[in-house]
Amino acid sequence: MEVAAMRRLLVLGAGTAGTMVVNKLRRRLARTDWRITVVEPSDTHHYQPGYLLLPFGGYRPEQVVRPTAPLIADGVELVRGEVGRVMADENRVSLSDGRNLPYDYLVIATGVTPRPDQTPGMLDGGHWRKEIFDFYTYDGALALAKALDRFEGGRLVVHITDLPIKCPVAPLEFAFLADAHLRRRGLRDRTDLVYATPLSGAFTKPIASARLGSMLDDRKIVVEPDFLVERVDGTKLVSYDEREIPFDLLVTVPLNMGADFVARSGLGDELNLVPVDRHTLLSRAHDNVFALGDANDIPTSKAGSVAHFAVDVFADNFVAYAAGRPMTGRFDGHANCFVESGDGKALLIDFNYDTEPLPGRYPLPGVGPFRLLTDAAVNHWGKLAFRWMYWNVLLPGRPLPLPAHMSMAGKQAPTDEK
Amino acid sequence: MPVTTIAGRTVHVDDEGFLTVYEEWDPDLAEELAAAIGIGLTDAHRRAIDFLRADYAVQGETATLRRVSTVGGIPTKELFALFPKKPAKKLAYIAGLPKPHGCV
Repeated sequence: MEVAAMRRLLVLGAGTAGTMVVNKLRRRLARTDWRITVVEPSDTHHYQPGYLLLPFGGYRPEQVVRPTAPLIADGVELVRGEVGRVMADENRVSLSDGRNLPYDYLVIATGVTPRPDQTPGMLDGGHWRKEIFDFYTYDGALALAKALDRFEGGRLVVHITDLPIKCPVAPLEFAFLADAHLRRRGLRDRTDLVYATPLSGAFTKPIASARLGSMLDDRKIVVEPDFLVERVDGTKLVSYDEREIPFDLLVTVPLNMGADFVARSGLGDELNLVPVDRHTLLSRAHDNVFALGDANDIPTSKAGSVAHFAVDVFADNFVAYAAGRPMTGRFDGHANCFVESGDGKALLIDFNYDTEPLPGRYPLPGVGPFRLLTDAAVNHWGKLAFRWMYWNVLLPGRPLPLPAHMSMAGKQAPTDEK
Repeated sequence: MPVTTIAGRTVHVDDEGFLTVYEEWDPDLAEELAAAIGIGLTDAHRRAIDFLRADYAVQGETATLRRVSTVGGIPTKELFALFPKKPAKKLAYIAGLPKPHGCV
C-alpha cells in the first residue's frame, strides 16, 4: 500500500489566535496525515484584556498569566524559539537559533506589539516608566498601577499614537476607569483628564462614537481630536501640526506594529502587517500562507473576539482547502467588545465590516442578557466572566454558543429610531 | 447612492461627499474638489494625490498617512502643511477616494 507523506501545518505564535488554531485543527486533521507545529518564544500566555484592570488593582497578576504548554492540545508540537525569517518561496521557516522548519501550510499569528521606540522622545526622552506609561504590556500595566497610587492630581493624559491598535476601545475604558478611580480617591477635582486621539471623535464608527463621546463629556474628560503625535518633548506631546499637550502623567498607546520577521521576510506592509484576503485570510502573495489575528491587515478592530470569530471560519475553510476544495466560508469582520465605563458598569458593542455598533440586546434578540451600546452592570459581570471563558472554552478551541457571523437580530438600525 | 454635480459633471458620492466611483475622477475635478474645501492645489499637493490614486489602484484601499510617508515618501509634516488639520480625510476627498480606515 502506498502511504502519503505526512503534511505539516506550521503556526507561528501561540497567542490567542495561534492557540485556537492549533487546538481546533488538531481535532479536525487526522494525526496520521498531519503534523501540527506551533512556534512560540514565550513560556507564558497572557490574558491581554486583563491588562486594563491591573493598573486599578482589579486583577491579581497571576489571574492573567498561565504557562503556555498546558494550553496546547496533545498531538501538537510546541517549539520554543524566535522566528528568524520566513522563506515563503522555499516553504520553510528559519528560527534565530538556526533550526529550520519546513511546512506545507503556514499560519502567521504573531500579532502586533506596542512600539514606543517609533515615536521620538517617548522611550528615549528620559520619562519612560517615570511619567510615561503604557498598559498594553504586563510590565507596563503593573508599573502604571504604582504610578496611579503615587498620583496626587495634575494633568493625566490618555493618548493613542496611531491606528490600528489592539482593542481600540481600551483607551476609552482606561479613561472611564481612571475617572472613577480618581473620584474614589478624592483626586478628581485636582485632575485634568485629557483624551488625545488621532481620530475625529471618540471611536471609529459614528453611532458608537456619539454615545462614547457623550460619556466622555459627562465625565468632564476633554477630547483632543485629530491629534497625530510627531514627538514627545520632555513632558509634552507635540503633534505634526505643532499642537502641544503637557502632562504630569501620560498613559499612551504606542504605535502597534507586526513582528519584525514579517518585514525581514518581505511579507509585510508599512506596519509589518501581512496583506490578506479579508474574507478568507489567505495571503495575497502566497497561496499556502494565512495570517490570523492581529498579524493581518484586515480592516477590523485588532481584538480577541475578531480572532475567535475569524478562526471559526478559517478552521472550516482550511479543512476544505487542504483537501483541494474551495473555501466557502467568508469572514464578515465580526467583532464584539465589552467596554468598561467605571463604577461596576460596562457597555457591549457588536459589529462587522459593514454594520457599525448599534443599540439593542445580545446574543438573544429582545432578551440579552447583554445590552448593546448601553451601560449596565450585567455587561461588567459579563466581561469579568469572560476571563474564565477565555482560558476554559476559547483557547481549548471548544465551541462557544455564539455564531461566527454577526446578526442584525436584536439590533436597532438607525432608521428605527425616533 | 446620491448623485451630485461638480463643475458641470455628474458624479456619485457618499453621504459625506466622497466620490464613490474611481473612474469619475480626473485632475480637473481635483481642482474643484480642493477649491470646495479651501485648498489651492500646487505640484506638491498633486504629488500626494497622484500617489494616493496609484496606490489605491493596486491596493484597493486608501493609503493611510503613514503609508503616504513611508511608501510614498512624502513626510507627514508636509501633509499637515498641505492639507491642514485633517490631511488623511482632505487628501482622500480631493483624490476622489474613500476615507482611509480608522479615519471616520
